[in-house]
Amino acid sequence: MTTAVEKPTPFLDLLGGFIQELRVAGLPVSLTENLDGMLAVQHIPLEDREAFKYALAATLVKNQSHWKAFETVFEIYFSMRGDEYEMNKDGDADDADADEDGNDDEGDGNDEGEGDGDGSGRGGSGGPPLSPEEIAAMLYQALLSGDRELMRMVARNSVKRYAGMEPGRPVGGTYYLYRTLRNLDLDGVLARLMQEARDQVGGQMTPLEERLANDEYENNAEKLRKEIEAEIRRRLVADRGAEAMAKTLRKPLPEDVDFMHASRDEMANLRKAIYPLTRKLAARLQRKRRHGRIGPLDFRRTIRHSLSYGGVPAELKFRNPRPNKPEIMVVADISGSVAAFARFTLHLVYAISNQFSKVRAFVFIDGLDEVTKYFENTEDILDAIHKVNTEADVVWVDGHSDYGHAFEVFWENFGKEIGPKTTVLILGDARNNYHASQAWIMKAIKAKARSVFWLNPEPRSYWDTGDSIVGEYGQHLDGTFECRNLRQLEAFVDNLV
Amino acid sequence: MLPAMSYRFESVSTVRDGLRKVDYLADDGIAGVAFLADRLQKPVLVEGPAGTGKTQLAKSIAEVTGARLIRLQCYEGLDEAKALYEWNYKKQLLRIQAERMEGDSTDWAEITDDIFSDEFLLTRPLLEAIQADDPVVLLIDEVDRVEVETEALLLEILSDYQVSIPEFGTVKAKQIPLVFLTSNNTRELSEALKRRCLFLHIDYPDMEREREIVLTKVPDISESLADQVARIVRTIRQLELKKAPSVSETLDWARTLVLLGIEQITEAEATETLHILLKYQTDIAKATKELTAGQSQWQKS
Repeated sequence: MTTAVEKPTPFLDLLGGFIQELRVAGLPVSLTENLDGMLAVQHIPLEDREAFKYALAATLVKNQSHWKAFETVFEIYFSMRGDEYEMNKDGDADDADADEDGNDDEGDGNDEGEGDGDGSGRGGSGGPPLSPEEIAAMLYQALLSGDRELMRMVARNSVKRYAGMEPGRPVGGTYYLYRTLRNLDLDGVLARLMQEARDQVGGQMTPLEERLANDEYENNAEKLRKEIEAEIRRRLVADRGAEAMAKTLRKPLPEDVDFMHASRDEMANLRKAIYPLTRKLAARLQRKRRHGRIGPLDFRRTIRHSLSYGGVPAELKFRNPRPNKPEIMVVADISGSVAAFARFTLHLVYAISNQFSKVRAFVFIDGLDEVTKYFENTEDILDAIHKVNTEADVVWVDGHSDYGHAFEVFWENFGKEIGPKTTVLILGDARNNYHASQAWIMKAIKAKARSVFWLNPEPRSYWDTGDSIVGEYGQHLDGTFECRNLRQLEAFVDNLV
Repeated sequence: MLPAMSYRFESVSTVRDGLRKVDYLADDGIAGVAFLADRLQKPVLVEGPAGTGKTQLAKSIAEVTGARLIRLQCYEGLDEAKALYEWNYKKQLLRIQAERMEGDSTDWAEITDDIFSDEFLLTRPLLEAIQADDPVVLLIDEVDRVEVETEALLLEILSDYQVSIPEFGTVKAKQIPLVFLTSNNTRELSEALKRRCLFLHIDYPDMEREREIVLTKVPDISESLADQVARIVRTIRQLELKKAPSVSETLDWARTLVLLGIEQITEAEATETLHILLKYQTDIAKATKELTAGQSQWQKS
């Protein structure tokens, strides 16, 4: 076992830079974890890239949702250090390829198919790149067999041929990925594979077989896509250096993604992330409620039980605390500008609804409607939210947010149901399109309710600019909170109970 | 770090081979972290969906190393009296009562010394693991079920392998046990706890590994059936379900198929036995629809 001091310093520098980048990406790597990471890699043979990766992950990443960020940074910092990725950092592209393809020859030995043999031979001697037909043949084989080595070959050659990468050009990897994939025509190859699978069994497959074959090829295609991405990333790192690449590829962690500006992919991720989050929150709230379940000493019962021990208080008895279940009313703006945010919040409210004796949900744009019934008697929250968006009667005049009128309707129809145990939550950006604010309603609600909170998905610096009048409402409330991402939402709900 | 401590495992591959011998198929991550846990003498926090073999990992490691498994099942309301140690209150009372019967000869100091001694100490799993002379593996199961405050109980034992008893002194470990904590991630564990542990996430296995697991764990299953099982389960897991099938459910399903004497899974058989894989009615309906209405996107065109 060697100590860290004896290691060549470039390695320590690299590891240091790596950890620095993790921190910049938002991962909470503490000093002890840093040291653990350094200790851990000493026990791992450095040639074993996978083991090395897991050693770092086990010591540095303590949250599964951060895994993706970790993996990206790892790939950037240690992408060219593995044996099979040996690449001359400063040399020209051809030089590097000669190196790589030399390695491939061993891998290809296992696969038949003339395309591969040709390819590596030519690539190895630094000759012209593979022709499109050869790549297509290789691609077909790779998707059919799902062979890793073959996929790497395809990725390497197709990126070289189609991506048109130029050194120093400041384009992101997605552009190159798009160019490469467009030329490969994965869908076409998949269709051909399916057709051949059908022909093999004599024309008609059962739906089950069809589905399984389909998934198999899809899966392989996905793997190939990943390989191509990795290949592009490797080349970009070689071109621009790890630090610059890390900066380009840095993405916010799932809990920091802004609701209002999430991309479609991020949205899908958020949806996945919110489910465990709601469960987590529900569990925590439940626990908080039950915590301290043991109340003060019940003197009377203790003495009574001591009789059976001859007057010695051998068994202590405690009082049960009284549970306190608040009611909650959620009033959410579901107009286009904040719809995504409202959906997440409704989701959350629904998930924690068993923590409250009564949860009532209202949605509005310029009219207002109660939607509690959609959440009752349903197992499928997505379905309920869909119904809210399509069936609730929330448009009064023109379908542009009018907080003033919506609050008026709320106050008239439901104001009398607000009691001293009710917590009212209002969700929205308070962009009122210059309508009357009717802020007195907030004051009236506040006077009756236990507490009133406003969650605003806009950054605090935008508040009260343009037609936003959150300040006007806010002066009457118990609190207005910025709620732009899961982290802030979680923190708020945590404090609520 | 203790200088003369001999390691339990030679290398990562020894761990993997050892686990394979006791029918636990570890992937690179699992074997690597188990190896590091031994080398760095740190506890392992194992997280992941239910039924992916988190608890089984601890059991298998105990079996490989020939150690005794001490298990602490966590639940809400677990306190130090159940986890660490407890003074045998009734016995202490009896002792004092007996004292009184005999007459007031003994002085106070003697009694306190007497009633706070080994005899009146009830050891609970954590203290037992620390005091053990033989090699042990300590499994703290479902640690996410205890309250955040209770977590603090574990910190001393996890970082220093010792337990402090105010009336008694500090009990230090005679040997460093391997410690596994499992969590279903129903809540965020505290930073302090996570910092002290190596982190291992066990997810559903990929198709190849699942097929291997089915082959190892289900006697008399043919290769082709195991392959079909793994493929179908992979397809089902890709759907958006309330609860994806776990590995143990896959195994149950495979056993059922073997018992029914099925060699080639057809749609009818698959849908009839789906309730073994899936536990929610809506999930079953969804999976049935997906598996039988198999018009792929390319067939339409």
